[in-house]
Amino acid sequence: MERREFMHKSSGATVLGLAAAAGLLPAAASAQNAPGWNKNAFETKSFNDAVKALGGAAPVESKDLILQAPEIAENGNVVRIGAQSNIPGTTQVAFVIEKNPFALTAVFDIPPGTDASVATNVKMGQSSNVYALAKAGDKYFYAVKEVKVTLGGCGG
Amino acid sequence: MSDPMRIRAQAQGDKVTVRVLVSHEMESGQRRDAAGKVIPAWFIQSISAVHEGRTVMSAQWGPAVSKNPFVQFSFKGGKAGDKIAVTWIDNRGDKRTDEAVIS
Repeated sequence: MERREFMHKSSGATVLGLAAAAGLLPAAASAQNAPGWNKNAFETKSFNDAVKALGGAAPVESKDLILQAPEIAENGNVVRIGAQSNIPGTTQVAFVIEKNPFALTAVFDIPPGTDASVATNVKMGQSSNVYALAKAGDKYFYAVKEVKVTLGGCGG
Repeated sequence: MSDPMRIRAQAQGDKVTVRVLVSHEMESGQRRDAAGKVIPAWFIQSISAVHEGRTVMSAQWGPAVSKNPFVQFSFKGGKAGDKIAVTWIDNRGDKRTDEAVIS
């Protein structure tokens, strides 16, 4: 019993010591958000909440928004997804992964002259619906596809 | 300091396609270390690309973007020989800018 207590205490102290030595504690304390980063939107847990947090409501499914995503992702750590919006006047393209701990994954602003077509790699914790969301004018459009993940990329 | 980005920008007609490979840990904040302690999130929150003083792409990212992020986009109005600069800022306030010449 004594030995167990000793182990418990010493391992706790070691963790703190290691964390401090590795600079983890000050880093966590000084975490700051980049200017313009939409914290509220990136903390949403569902597609609808993410749309709301971005300032939209009632997105409409659109065939002019093409979501490229694999049907099966073997490795959830790296899933290539892309979206191309053929909707005129698209100013923003976002990706939402419904079952990730935080649904909103990335928001791309599309200035005039830039194609409303972007691609990136994302992590997926488990099989989930993946949404592409496009903003044109003050309207929001979406496309959705289910991606099955064989090996999750968000856990320990 | 972080490693440089790999930026490839290719002009085809009046369109330039840019592919960027960023070197960044993109720690999700969901993982735990061996002792069961949550590893704090550390990820790029903002990334943008500037061509001849004009922003051609800007994005906000969450922690679910993959480690060593990849991004691809294309824009009109660039030509071979022009410079394009990409800048990112992470949630620790670190930032990095790299430049590439359009080929």
